[in-house]
Amino acid sequence: MTEVIGSVAAAPVKTPVKNNISRIALIGNPNSGKSSLFNQLTGLNQKVGNFPGVTVDKKTGSCHLTPQHKAQIIDLPGTYSLYPKSLDEKVIIDLLYNKKSALYPDVLVITVDASNLKRNLLLYTQLADLGIPAVLGLNMTDVAETHGVKIDVGQLQQDLGVPVVPMNARNGVGITALKILVSRQLEKPAKSFYEIPEELMVLVRQIRYYFELKNDYLALHYAHQYKKLSFLSEADKSYIEDLRQKYGFDSNTLQAAETIERYTLINDLLLDSVKVTRAESNEKFSNKLDQVLTHKVWGYLIFFGVLFMMFQAIFAWATYPMDLIDTGIASLNAFIQSKFDGPLVDLLTEGVIAGLGGVLIFIPQIALLFAFIAVLEETGYMARVTFMMDKIMRKFGLNGKSIVPLISGVACAVPAVMAARNIDNWKDRMITIFVTPLMSCSARIPVYTVLIALVVPEKYYLGFLNLQGIVLMGLYLLGFLAAIFSALAMKLILKAKERSYFIMEFPVYKMPRWPNVGLTIIEKVKAFVFEAGKVIVAISVILWVMASYGPGNALEVAETKAQQEAAAKNLSEDETSSLVSSHQLESSYAGVFGRAIEPAIRPLGFDWKIGIALLTSFAAREVFVGTISTIYSVGDEENISTIKEKLLAEKDAAGNPFFTPARAFSLLIFYVFAMQCMSTLAVVYRETKSWKWPVMQLIYMSGLAYVSSYIVYQLFK
Amino acid sequence: MQEPQRSVKDLRIGEKGVIGHLRDPEMSLKLLEMGCIPGTEVKLNSKAPLGDPITIIVNDYTLSLRLDEAENIMLK
Repeated sequence: MTEVIGSVAAAPVKTPVKNNISRIALIGNPNSGKSSLFNQLTGLNQKVGNFPGVTVDKKTGSCHLTPQHKAQIIDLPGTYSLYPKSLDEKVIIDLLYNKKSALYPDVLVITVDASNLKRNLLLYTQLADLGIPAVLGLNMTDVAETHGVKIDVGQLQQDLGVPVVPMNARNGVGITALKILVSRQLEKPAKSFYEIPEELMVLVRQIRYYFELKNDYLALHYAHQYKKLSFLSEADKSYIEDLRQKYGFDSNTLQAAETIERYTLINDLLLDSVKVTRAESNEKFSNKLDQVLTHKVWGYLIFFGVLFMMFQAIFAWATYPMDLIDTGIASLNAFIQSKFDGPLVDLLTEGVIAGLGGVLIFIPQIALLFAFIAVLEETGYMARVTFMMDKIMRKFGLNGKSIVPLISGVACAVPAVMAARNIDNWKDRMITIFVTPLMSCSARIPVYTVLIALVVPEKYYLGFLNLQGIVLMGLYLLGFLAAIFSALAMKLILKAKERSYFIMEFPVYKMPRWPNVGLTIIEKVKAFVFEAGKVIVAISVILWVMASYGPGNALEVAETKAQQEAAAKNLSEDETSSLVSSHQLESSYAGVFGRAIEPAIRPLGFDWKIGIALLTSFAAREVFVGTISTIYSVGDEENISTIKEKLLAEKDAAGNPFFTPARAFSLLIFYVFAMQCMSTLAVVYRETKSWKWPVMQLIYMSGLAYVSSYIVYQLFK
Repeated sequence: MQEPQRSVKDLRIGEKGVIGHLRDPEMSLKLLEMGCIPGTEVKLNSKAPLGDPITIIVNDYTLSLRLDEAENIMLK
């Protein structure tokens, strides 16, 4: 301490109040406008990090309460009570019950939905009893009024003994008043409510004394939830355990009694301050809309229409900006290569910049998908989707909300896996993330097209059923079946960490708040670029090195040999250069790798050349086509019929055509199942916060691919 | 004692009832927190197209839940 003071004193005239940054935590029920308030307070000054050990995003931001008073704001997950039911909610008690926590707040801002005051106040009264200074943000008073609920704010403030600020987080009304009150509320704890039954006080006092807590209610919560508090040591936990044994502490019954008692207190309290005159116009409107939107027929039709739009967006609309990024990166590389020369320049352009391009290329899809998802969440439609799909999806170990990631996976697994974040239940979310990459994504299409064109004749049945089209559809169906049956298997294997509930508020329809939609998009894109992006660039540099360098002077030897061969055959300049690339790739480390794995992939009908393509297409599946073109020196890789001709001309050792239907189908099946995508692995790592899941996924999908290809090849050979 | 007790699961759409007690101690905590307090009026508001989950109106708001959750809310 003295050191700090010394250095401040030594520094030239600076404001000595360096520590005048208050920590403010936002807490409230789901749908109480907490996120809108967080966005209003922090705007673009927000950061997304992790809570340790869980997959909950930790959103923090900064704002000025008054021109002199800066505050750090933390947005806690939405919850209905301080007795957490999900892993996400557990974060809250870990933070609030540990004064030593780096994020322990000075003030709580509790957002309360005025149109549903009774239930929202339950959480408030629990928080008030903890004795942390608090301000109550009375949100959605406008909605309450259309419901005929009139709230006497002065009376409520008096009864609760805490500043109450009527506000509208959606349009920013009341935010300034809230900031001023928060800056003044730093010291005063809120008035407490619940009286702990006398018979529990012996136990409560002992815990309070042992842990040096300043509050009885906090001590009671230690008794209830000691198992969930990660900051307690084993010794601490067994101390509480013993006390509970000694006094016969029945947690469930006591919690139930406390909740009922609180509702009684709230009911009495609201008699004074709330006047209700029935006018259910808004709810009626929501109900009417629901009769159509969750209708047996129309409900599903409309939902599939919405899915189709989302699918179109990430599949078709996204291609324009994606092409722009692609050509932009290519011309940037061409520009750098024309100005500079040398191996470092190659590393920069073909390794690093190409890798960055591989990251940026996903931005349009992520942005578009999350624009849709944010609107669906904001309007309340997502709750209806979950409602309609829950029964079907639950049979497969999935959740009503899993449908969005699964369908999006048909366009691209990367944004799809990120969309699984919306699934609250840990087990359901993990299963969804695990199986989504099995859905055939758009990067598989080039591979499918080339191989189908190679071995499936362009025949028509009944005049309009194209055989190639049927095979393509079969591949998609195969991916879908693999996804749902893998989910079913995981449902049985994976142990649930928490009970899965569907008990939640069914929100009324609302207009989306566009700034919230925009901030969601920015947040998701940033998370992908900065977290998954690092992994993608690193892997793409490694892959590039493997394909561009060989042991010793192997590459130069290959080039000379190719030159001689070309001269002997009298090839044109273009043909010569593609022959050179082909020979060089064969002698590179990638070639070495291909030869090394050949014994392992021979039972699938693959040779070392395909082995090279399997390695390079780990960057992204569509790279398969480019690599195959290079290996077989096709030259013009855009043209499928040229590739087809070259591949058909390829002979095996005995002089028979190499690409037999058995080989091609084996390869097709391999690409249906295999986790050939570093970006997906990177994003799964980012979403699950551990390497365990992506590695298991890689092993599972590669294993599935290997076994299926083996069966196909051995059957048709 | 009496004839088998009815739960929220047995309500018809639009039908009202009064909550008697809750079964399943763990789930009942969640239900209590959501406002399903004994003595409160509930109304079955709607059912999903496949019959499950359902929405009920309790304490002036709409709550959605699965049938196997609803059968823990016993009626008076």
